[in-house]
Amino acid sequence: MASTAEIQSGLAEILEEVAGVAPADATPEKSFTEDLDVDSLSMVEIATAVEDKFGVAIPDDELGGIKTVGDAISFIEKNQ
Amino acid sequence: MNINNTDVVVTGLGATTPLGGDVASTWDALLAGKSGVTRITDEWIEPFPAQLVARLAQDPSEKIDRVRSRRLDRSQQVAVVAAEEAWADSGAGDAGYDSLRVAVVMGTGIGGAMTLLDQDDILEAKGPKRVSPFTIPMLMPNGPAAAVGLAIGARGGVHAPVSACASGAEAIRWGLDMLRLDRADVVLVGGAEACVHPLPMAGFASMRAMSTRNDDPEHASRPFDAGRDGFVLAEGAAALVLERADAAKARGAKVYGTLAGAGGTSDGYDLVAPHPEGEGAQRAIGAALRDAGLSASDVGHVNAHATSTPVGDIAEAAAILEAIGDHAAVTATKSQSGHLLGAAGALESVFCLLALRDQVIPGTQNIEQLDDAAAVQKLDIVRGAPRKATFSAALNDSFGFGGHNMALVFTTA
Repeated sequence: MASTAEIQSGLAEILEEVAGVAPADATPEKSFTEDLDVDSLSMVEIATAVEDKFGVAIPDDELGGIKTVGDAISFIEKNQ
Repeated sequence: MNINNTDVVVTGLGATTPLGGDVASTWDALLAGKSGVTRITDEWIEPFPAQLVARLAQDPSEKIDRVRSRRLDRSQQVAVVAAEEAWADSGAGDAGYDSLRVAVVMGTGIGGAMTLLDQDDILEAKGPKRVSPFTIPMLMPNGPAAAVGLAIGARGGVHAPVSACASGAEAIRWGLDMLRLDRADVVLVGGAEACVHPLPMAGFASMRAMSTRNDDPEHASRPFDAGRDGFVLAEGAAALVLERADAAKARGAKVYGTLAGAGGTSDGYDLVAPHPEGEGAQRAIGAALRDAGLSASDVGHVNAHATSTPVGDIAEAAAILEAIGDHAAVTATKSQSGHLLGAAGALESVFCLLALRDQVIPGTQNIEQLDDAAAVQKLDIVRGAPRKATFSAALNDSFGFGGHNMALVFTTA
């Protein structure tokens, strides 16, 4: 079980790799599309990377509801 | 229809090639007689009969950041590198053009084959869910044009002619048409190709189209030489910025030359073999000359398509002799660059413009014994070192599998 801090830093690594988001910018209140300029195809890549890193699959119907970095952190926390 | 026959000029050039990472280094290497051809040393090449390639002199990752690169196929990366150089060179981005009147025409022969094949490997190994969501935009043949359109903010149309090794030249003709038809005010045109991958290598080799002179890479591409045995696959891109002459003059743009005319035909003869006398090629050259309002005697220089295949070079020599005569100084720059497929026509158009600017004709390398075909013997082929010359019009030929023939005529500004 990864801690919240571990999930946040792991997610920041993924965002840096996939979308070039500086790790310091990947804070919970940030919206993927509005603040971090992550488009829908990149979100699909992020979901795949999350599954690899945390073993948590994000179904398509849940992916649309994940708007912020914080949403992603809580989804991973709940489902890991 | 509003056909506006004002002159169209070239105000910007860009290229990334096996000879250099930009136009200046490519041109310098060409005039210095350097070769971009090397032997592939990767393990997969071992069973391949043809093992030569002309890879980029500078990897696109040196100019495009990592995050942007990972969603662009290599063919799109090279297109963007060449286009951004041409766009900056032209100054058109700062000239006050309305983006609704800026267009892109960027051709490719093969498109995103590397993405297609790499993602197929992932599909086989890991299943469909692991296939990248960027697979389709990376493999589509309009991908290079679309990536360039995004890079320069073109909103007046993005087009992608696909006519094999004539694609780059067809893109230039298409851009000329767009300006004449008043569909745009500035058009960035060119070609891009990057398919150095086992499958295309195997396919071309199975056609017996590639040189197998594996032990002698630098001398393998030898257009018009009696011992030629096929082309060498190259990767790269070239781009040109086209504008109406009056607009370019009004904004004080640097002008490389005029795109005076273009002609395109099809052979209707065979899917891959050229017509033996280059009948379709003759018609393309004739059409380009008429379009330019020039006669054959005006043409001082021909940058031949000449890929170094046994059949193609002779058919082209016959076409040049018939359509132009024997007075023009002919060169085959693929002897150094290798064959950039869908980017070849664009790169060789860049070479025509620089030849006009510098009044120098690059030499054809690697001709030890000129082919004894009558047409080849009659042409004035520049061999070895570049030749200083005084000329005001240059012709670029491009042909492609499918029977595509393109001819472009450039003149001094």
